[in-house]
Amino acid sequence: MKTGAEMLRKGLLILLVTVPLASQASVVDEQLAGYRSNGAGPFNVQKGEQLWQQEVVNAKDGRARSCTTCHGNDLRSMGKHIKTGKAIEPLSPAVNAERLSSAKKIRKWFKRNCKWTWGRECTPQEKGDLLSFMRNQ
Amino acid sequence: MDNSKSKTWSIVLTMGFTLGLIGISGMVLSDDDDEYEGKGRWSQSRLDVASVDNAFYKEECGSCHFPYQPGLLPARSWQRLMGGLEDHFAENAELDAADARQLTVYLTENAADTSNYKRSLGINRSLSKNDVPLRISSTRYFKRKHHELPARMVKGNPQVRSFSNCELCHTQAAQGFYNERQVKVPGYADWDD
Repeated sequence: MKTGAEMLRKGLLILLVTVPLASQASVVDEQLAGYRSNGAGPFNVQKGEQLWQQEVVNAKDGRARSCTTCHGNDLRSMGKHIKTGKAIEPLSPAVNAERLSSAKKIRKWFKRNCKWTWGRECTPQEKGDLLSFMRNQ
Repeated sequence: MDNSKSKTWSIVLTMGFTLGLIGISGMVLSDDDDEYEGKGRWSQSRLDVASVDNAFYKEECGSCHFPYQPGLLPARSWQRLMGGLEDHFAENAELDAADARQLTVYLTENAADTSNYKRSLGINRSLSKNDVPLRISSTRYFKRKHHELPARMVKGNPQVRSFSNCELCHTQAAQGFYNERQVKVPGYADWDD
């Protein structure tokens, strides 16, 4: 027979595990809804993966850049900043619960990294495809 | 009885004198401790530079690089730097306008030209009024303090790579200490200048 304290503990545990996942899902869904309201969609995981790999030659240094340059091919593994060498935590929400849990961070890093990688901002369609791919890893 | 008492005293005095000598020689021998800071005062704190006490700054700037203390550059430098975040040493570090404003206020209010800490005073004194350095490592003060280091220990050292990684050699840089006694260059355990 379960004591009240035991049940409470179990309940808390379930809450602790599911709340971050739920907030992550809703944050991503809100972003996707925002892109759709800008005329984008439907979004496609495979298309997102292609974009993840897509290389663009940088105008200044003449070298090809892609998301994988710093984040690597496997989103469940650590990445490494190409210039500073700084370790980058895995992007996959499945192994790193903090990822994709803040709308502000998603906006900030899409803006910075699209410009750094491709030399321009990403379109709502590209962001939607990439986000669909990332959440799926 | 009296004899043993005076013996004890002479031992205590000798020890005290010796410790005092060690202390003085330590101050004299190390080339940048306890420097006289001019303007009729000694630096006010054991810290070399005021430590970072702003969580937002640590989060926003420190998530990509060592969160340099604001007291390491003058306010005019921070202003220029924060005005060009889309090309931040060839990285894109753009922030939304409100966040950038908030960080600029913190940086300029605690900048080298508003601080009495000894490194801040030193850096500030080494600049002419028209200098607007964007790199701490380009200030004359910084160069003077690091001139004895051969390139192989920093740039050519795969464990360091750049002077921008303060904390890799200055083991207590994050707490605001840049004393040479706390320096450990990775891969050069026995090195001592």
